[in-house]
Amino acid sequence: MTSHAPKLPDGLVVVVKRDCATCQMVEPLLALVAASGANLTVYTQDDPTFPESVSAIYDSNLAFSWHHSIDTVPTLITVVNGKETDRTFGWSRTDWQRLTGLDDLGEDLPVMRPGCGSMSVDPDLVDALRVAFTDTPFTSRHVEFSTNEDEFEAMYARGWTDGLPVVPPTPERVLRMLTGTTRAPQDVVAIAPPNLVELTVEKIAINAVMAGCLPEYLPWVIAALEAVCTDTFNMHGVLATTMPVGPVIICNGPATRAIGMNSGMNAFGQGNRANNTIGRAVQLTIRNVGGGRPGEVDRATHGNPGKISFCFAEDEIGSPFTSLATERGVTPGQNAVTVFAGEGPRCVVDQLARTADELTNSLVACLQTVHHPKLVIGFDAILTISPDHGRLFAEEGWTREHLIAQLIERSRTPGDQLVRGARGMAEGIPPHLHDATLPKFRPGGILLTFAGGGAGLFSSIIAGWANSAIGSDPVTRIVGS
Amino acid sequence: MTYLLAMTSAGLTILDPTNESIPATRQLLSRPVSVSGLTVGLLDISKPRGNVFLDRVEELLISRGAKVLRFSKPTFTKPAPVDMRHEIAMQCNLVIEALAD
Repeated sequence: MTSHAPKLPDGLVVVVKRDCATCQMVEPLLALVAASGANLTVYTQDDPTFPESVSAIYDSNLAFSWHHSIDTVPTLITVVNGKETDRTFGWSRTDWQRLTGLDDLGEDLPVMRPGCGSMSVDPDLVDALRVAFTDTPFTSRHVEFSTNEDEFEAMYARGWTDGLPVVPPTPERVLRMLTGTTRAPQDVVAIAPPNLVELTVEKIAINAVMAGCLPEYLPWVIAALEAVCTDTFNMHGVLATTMPVGPVIICNGPATRAIGMNSGMNAFGQGNRANNTIGRAVQLTIRNVGGGRPGEVDRATHGNPGKISFCFAEDEIGSPFTSLATERGVTPGQNAVTVFAGEGPRCVVDQLARTADELTNSLVACLQTVHHPKLVIGFDAILTISPDHGRLFAEEGWTREHLIAQLIERSRTPGDQLVRGARGMAEGIPPHLHDATLPKFRPGGILLTFAGGGAGLFSSIIAGWANSAIGSDPVTRIVGS
Repeated sequence: MTYLLAMTSAGLTILDPTNESIPATRQLLSRPVSVSGLTVGLLDISKPRGNVFLDRVEELLISRGAKVLRFSKPTFTKPAPVDMRHEIAMQCNLVIEALAD
């Protein structure tokens, strides 16, 4: 509530609108209540001539309704010394009799009738009301386009987009976005690379609007940005590298389902608003606030389409394994994001394996090709098992730990096959490792996840970037409120 | 007239999505006539074989009378640490940062 809030008058307060059958039904009662000597104040939302039986205050700008949280009309409130003591909404004969003290009020009316939506919660009006009645917290510069300017073209011209159109971040939309978090707009979430700028909740909300997010996605965007703006993840390096990587965001927890994320069919692909806009908001924020733009700090040779957005949820309910978040120390039931510097996904086809053992061999063969079959240990990878492939592991009781141990063990290759020049390829590991036998991945270098549609004997590999302190390590963060 | 009025009337107002900072502009120093007697820092970003290139640059600079100091970043994937940048600024008249692959 703000300084705009109209005071509650003592006595009985009723809020009505003409465009509500229940309000019209109770109108004759208002005159009876007034005649009883009660101190009655009526507010009307849509028509100053309604109700006709008693005088009313026209809540034309809905300030009263907004500030006193009128969700339904009619609403009857009792007020003592400026403080609300009780309220009922819609028509409930027993409630109205109790609040007015008139034991025979509305005896000829039904026992109960639901009310109608208050105009102050009308979806078409609520954003403008929020701007009008909230002490606007924005510190961002207001940019005013002329009426002859196409706002979409204007935002392209200012370099604010990722190549796709963005939603204009009007104050109304940004305030609505901020309802998705309890954090204050000026809270500094992180220092955004590459320009090392203080990244506020407000700036994130602006970019989340542009990306097309709903308010309930905002905590996920904030958590993902907290994760990428760490020295461990090294967003500066992920931008600057010539390799085709960007932040891949893996979401875990019950709220992935509450906000409608896709962990099933086409989980990496188009079509799901939450998946696509959460990842996009992260990248737009890095671009617009951090200053990480292609051709400038971003030096990728090819890049990959996932650098617009690459975000998906794990199918925790269908998975035969513990979740990635649990593996990384998150308590089951908590919501978390894990960010990974990754390229685009590649498919592993094995439609003939009928045992976990056979399938593991196929997965290893494909994992060996991450970036180059003769380069080992320096790159991590996400391995996403599909339901059809997961069933083989489930049937034989393979756990996450067992599968990963097998993948690493079976990937061990003699150094003479990997050194520079071996197998007719110049690329490879240094010659002094000729006599070593090396696994493809370092411990923890396979991020096992479970997602995908119910049909398809395929899994998926998302190769990483230079790992460890040299480059980037995955980072997991709890999603706050 | 109507057209001109329309051009100046207010349209949609949005909030600036950027960091709103204005980069400082700095005048480039004038190019030295000679490197003789100057201290030149060679910053190796730690990419493979960057040292091969810098070794040759060092030879050429020394042959022209420069003093050379070598620096290398802990990893090519991250900006040079603040202390290293400070050290270079304090000790060198010129710096060459070498990229390699």
